[in-house]
Amino acid sequence: MSIYFSPFVIPFLIGVIVLIIICCIKYIRWYNQFDRVQKTVILKNIISWRFLSAIWETIMEALLHRKVFKRSFLLGYMHSSIALGWFLLIIVGAIESEIAIQTDKPFWIGIFYRYFVHDSHAFKHAQFFAHFMDLLLLYVLSGVILAYIKSIYSRIVGMKKTTKHVIFDTFAKFALWLIFPLRLLSESFTAALYNNGGFLTQTLGNMINYTVADVLEIPAWTLYSFALGTFFISMPFSRYMHIFTEVIFIFLKKLGVGENEQISGYTMFELSACSRCGICIDNCPLHKDLQLPGVQSIYFLRDLRYKRPREEIAENCLMCNRCVAECPVGLDLMTIRRQMRYKKDLDTHANYNYIENLQPFNSIGRIIYFAGCMSHLTPGIIDAMTTIFEKVDQKYWFMDKDRTICCGRPLLQQGFSIQAAELRRKNTQLIKQSGATMLITSCPICYQSFKKEYNLPIQVMHHTEYIHMLIKSGKLKLRKDDLKVVYHDPCELGRGCGIYRQPREILKTVTHLLKTKNEKEKSLCCGYNLGNTVINLEQQTKIRNAAMSSLRAKNPDLIVTACPMCKKAFKRASDFTVKDVAEIVKENIISE
Amino acid sequence: MIKFGFNISETRAINLEDCDLENVKKLHREVSSFKLCVSCGACSATCSARQFTDFNIRKIHASFRRGQYAGLQEELKACMLCGKCTLVCPRGVNLRSMIINMRKILLESNKK
Repeated sequence: MSIYFSPFVIPFLIGVIVLIIICCIKYIRWYNQFDRVQKTVILKNIISWRFLSAIWETIMEALLHRKVFKRSFLLGYMHSSIALGWFLLIIVGAIESEIAIQTDKPFWIGIFYRYFVHDSHAFKHAQFFAHFMDLLLLYVLSGVILAYIKSIYSRIVGMKKTTKHVIFDTFAKFALWLIFPLRLLSESFTAALYNNGGFLTQTLGNMINYTVADVLEIPAWTLYSFALGTFFISMPFSRYMHIFTEVIFIFLKKLGVGENEQISGYTMFELSACSRCGICIDNCPLHKDLQLPGVQSIYFLRDLRYKRPREEIAENCLMCNRCVAECPVGLDLMTIRRQMRYKKDLDTHANYNYIENLQPFNSIGRIIYFAGCMSHLTPGIIDAMTTIFEKVDQKYWFMDKDRTICCGRPLLQQGFSIQAAELRRKNTQLIKQSGATMLITSCPICYQSFKKEYNLPIQVMHHTEYIHMLIKSGKLKLRKDDLKVVYHDPCELGRGCGIYRQPREILKTVTHLLKTKNEKEKSLCCGYNLGNTVINLEQQTKIRNAAMSSLRAKNPDLIVTACPMCKKAFKRASDFTVKDVAEIVKENIISE
Repeated sequence: MIKFGFNISETRAINLEDCDLENVKKLHREVSSFKLCVSCGACSATCSARQFTDFNIRKIHASFRRGQYAGLQEELKACMLCGKCTLVCPRGVNLRSMIINMRKILLESNKK
């Protein structure tokens, strides 16, 4: 055995070996669960610019935690100091030992360097390295101290509610919390004996009695090694599996691998890439307004990972996408929900023969207007759109004027993918045969479906995009009224499809738009989203009222939205005026 | 006899003692709003599937509640789950959930 060995290294060694073996087994198993398409995508894209962008993303997210910084500076600092600090401790430690020792050396030398190398002038810049390593240790320790504080008072890092962890996670967390104070202690003892510390460990070392240090040096290093070993062994079974998995997940995502409708190896990577940071909890409407425990994405993924998924949890989600917008890892949370909602026994060939008789209208030179089911409950929107079409002399085919075939998205969200596909097939057939060049829809649910789930050869627009285009091209002349309005971003249109700019620009043209507290990605769900079938009307009302009071905070004259469902939801609340973008545009058309 | 263009359905007698209401109880456990229905028919009036065919969710609801499950499983498959019925219901019955759970319960009981 080399001179760089001492029995206290053994717990650390066992930990590392167990960690590597378990991780390899898991990763290989998950990779084998990928389907052929996913595997081909990886091989095809591995040598491309995507690989570089994955490296960049890894540095920005896995090490620096940019998205967490955006949420709260202290929270970002806490995460990045532990991740980046520890990473640098390992890297700089390895460089230091590489320069100091030219002969054969074991891989753990960087971890226990101070114990084995006492000469503080072993090489030219040895002093510098000693100070730099101390600085890094201080950096990590500051993060750990912040984590201690966060566990007592989480509001300091901007979190109202933190995760309720399972016992195993708490155990691993305490091991992690012990590692760095123990490292400080052991290096200080060694510094007391051999004067080889940096500015931090040497100062502490000078305060320690020589005999005390002599007695406690080995026990301290042993405890440090034990803490490391314990953490490594618990890592693959706890939330800390995300440390490696997140990096692999970023690469898979950047290389273009995506979720399937069924659970695949990619889902397994996603489940383990969740660090259970709890950022998704605070803004989940089901937590914020209803205090429902255990349904948020973090708990849903955890239960799924530990193979005890509960059906009622999978079903209890509004699918408002708020957690997806918040998630610092960028997990595809909604697809995983849908995968778990898949109703295999019920999702058989449906009884939709009745739609087969519907014939397309010859629409060459026309556009299609697809109002969507929900718009038929808000005739004002349909009336506004038909008026606008007539105003600009646009010939159109009102595809679902008398009889509506649903777009299929509501079925898909509830886990009926075969039945949803039947509706999509018929709609696609009608649209293709009509010969129209463009499809305008008034419902963001249909819009998202046409955009993402259909593969239509023609352009698809939401009516806000279309009106925006008309205004830009000068076809539609509008006056400006003197109302003050607020705009509510519908989940499906905003977070779902990224349409934030067009409705706002339209409103700025025709009226005075006030800013609200929860805008764009941070928009609040109206509570009526079709994603959830579990909560009752009373609970929906609570969520709706919360969104409503946030919108009414600045006393606007009316609330404007771009979704028939949101409009209906707010309309039910009170006699407060709620209008769709199309309606307010129609009112302000200048008639020549 | 004069033909008026409609006919009167035969009188039906349902013997409640012969009805198996186990499924109704099960549905009530899953969707508690199910019994709030006052049979106003707003759901059927707005139903997208109803525009094409004689699918009638109000009737299905009534039959289910009386324990007459025959044929319902197949009929329910005509629903597109678009959610208009849930939105117009004046009593706050969670119809989408009701339909999904009816299908689940009927599938289970038909398997037996």
